[in-house]
Amino acid sequence: MASRDDILAALRKHAPPPVAAPSLDGLGVAFADPLDQLAKAMASVGGACVRVADIAAAAAAVAALPQAASARRVVSLVPGVGQPNVDLAAVADPHTLADLDLAILPGELAVAENAAVWVDGRALPHRAVFVITDHLVLVVHAAHVVHHMHEAYDRLAGRPRGHGLFISGPSKTADIEQVLVVGAQGARTCTLIVVG
Amino acid sequence: MASGHPDVAARFVANDERLHWHDKAVWWVRQKRDVASAVVPDWEALRSAAAGIKRHTLSRLADYLEEFERNAVALGAQVHWARDAAEHNAIVHGLLVDRGVTKLVKAKSMLTEECKLNPYLEARGIEVIDTDLGERIVQLAEEPPSHIVMPAIHRRKEEIGELFQIHLRTRPGASDPSYLTEAARHHLRDKFLAAGAGLTGVNFAVAETGGLVVCTNEGNADMGTSLPPLHIACMGVEKLVPRERDLGVFLRLLARSATGQPVTAYSTHYQGPRPGAELHIVIVDNGRAELSGREAIRDSLGCIRCGACMNTCPVYRRSGGHSYGYTVPGPIGSVLAPARDPATFATLPFASTLCGSCADVCPVKIELHHQLLALRQEIARKHLVPWQKRTALRLAAWLFAWPRLYRFVGWMARRLVPLVPRRLLYVRWNTWGQQRELPPMPRHSFRARYRRLARGQS
Repeated sequence: MASRDDILAALRKHAPPPVAAPSLDGLGVAFADPLDQLAKAMASVGGACVRVADIAAAAAAVAALPQAASARRVVSLVPGVGQPNVDLAAVADPHTLADLDLAILPGELAVAENAAVWVDGRALPHRAVFVITDHLVLVVHAAHVVHHMHEAYDRLAGRPRGHGLFISGPSKTADIEQVLVVGAQGARTCTLIVVG
Repeated sequence: MASGHPDVAARFVANDERLHWHDKAVWWVRQKRDVASAVVPDWEALRSAAAGIKRHTLSRLADYLEEFERNAVALGAQVHWARDAAEHNAIVHGLLVDRGVTKLVKAKSMLTEECKLNPYLEARGIEVIDTDLGERIVQLAEEPPSHIVMPAIHRRKEEIGELFQIHLRTRPGASDPSYLTEAARHHLRDKFLAAGAGLTGVNFAVAETGGLVVCTNEGNADMGTSLPPLHIACMGVEKLVPRERDLGVFLRLLARSATGQPVTAYSTHYQGPRPGAELHIVIVDNGRAELSGREAIRDSLGCIRCGACMNTCPVYRRSGGHSYGYTVPGPIGSVLAPARDPATFATLPFASTLCGSCADVCPVKIELHHQLLALRQEIARKHLVPWQKRTALRLAAWLFAWPRLYRFVGWMARRLVPLVPRRLLYVRWNTWGQQRELPPMPRHSFRARYRRLARGQS
């Protein structure tokens, strides 16, 4: 580990004088109606947001989506929502998910300011599922909608270690002449169902 | 120096129509950033917090790196350390060779561009596929990225169509971005499914958790790390933040500053490897420790690679990313490149008007224009300034030291310059006059006008 020791020694040798860490208190702005803001943010990132009363209504909302109606291979990790015909736990090799049409996944929380939905990767038998699927539906409880990212990290603090991510809308790119194209490498659509 | 910024930029500006197209395309991104930041009421507080976190981290970076390593290893990752580009490349190559990997998919990583990893691996028989659409475009065009967020911003859709027609067999003449992106999606899908390993950069590494955060809009990092059994993440030492909650600050700033989005589509937090797979983290110094000791420019290590400084820079917009000749172009590149190699990049700190717009938009408040000025001084001390500029400035300094002489020369110039033939004034070694016109000579000096004003006679 000569390199490691060299690098650490060089960093210590050149280190600037100590600087205290800043306080993050007071950052983040609360919204008057976070659910309304969440729907607006979701629309702005190219996704859709649907509010329903309960899980049965969520199932109906998903069934009404055109991308669900035409889906042949479906994964659902939200009990009672969707018509899953692929058992993710029984899939040995994630490469076989390449032709997955629809994935319905639970979101742990949704952030009103930017439509970022936290998906716990530990709950997914295969990480690829959220990005390899053609269409993505995320289901979040209305009580788990937070105002901003600082609140989100406060809620996520202390969770067991492991993979997780914020998803904000569908996969997109503007790499060709700044023209926004939805559906780059990942999901072509992203629908957020807010329950309750 | 034939490959200095003014020389390469001269070729770019020779095409006036394209120059204005590029200027407009990049400025549009700056405007999107303005809209996205204006709706955040605590924007300035966020910038201050981000700058503060970066300064704090840098002041005890070695401690945080040790904490990060401990936690990353506890999560099952393997951590490697590389002093320089050569060591970094050898580590990555070794990991691939040991596992018999011949096909590598890569998400965007400016560090691997800096280390020139792609040619190193390709020379050793490994197929390297850049999977960010913009990076794939410039890879097919066999040129470096011209922007750190939008690598192919200098390419027109018709040119990309021609490139895709050759490599992806798209329809001749097709240039519709949706059609081309869809073609790239299928092309890259095949590459993801065939890859033996995925490599990503790192946006943020968290000391407290040992985790990594990688941000993309396309989802290419997630595709590349969730199929093959090996994930290699390459990061500079400066990517560290102390606590996970610090990410709240940076994720609110990054995408808004970069593209005007409220957050990237995918902000993935890797903590340990996938079950049954490997995660290797390569931590690279490559001159960063030394840079952290240079007070005038050390804040440049806080850069989160959003590209806002290039989007706003009047010189970048009108000269293009390739004119900088370095992995990172624009104002931040004009600091980082000469900080590393002042002789090769001596022209870059001068590729600026020092207007300070870069510092105004920087989400981590790097005082880029002050740093560029400091580097100009350093380059002058090292005698790396061209002789014309050196002579002219020495002459001016001498003249300014003799007020009476200065006044006399001014008096002479007001009378003589209008009489001198144009071709004598704009001789070849008057580089200042190559793109500029002298203003018409005033009849009276400023001092004379000021005296009259002071006497109330104007």
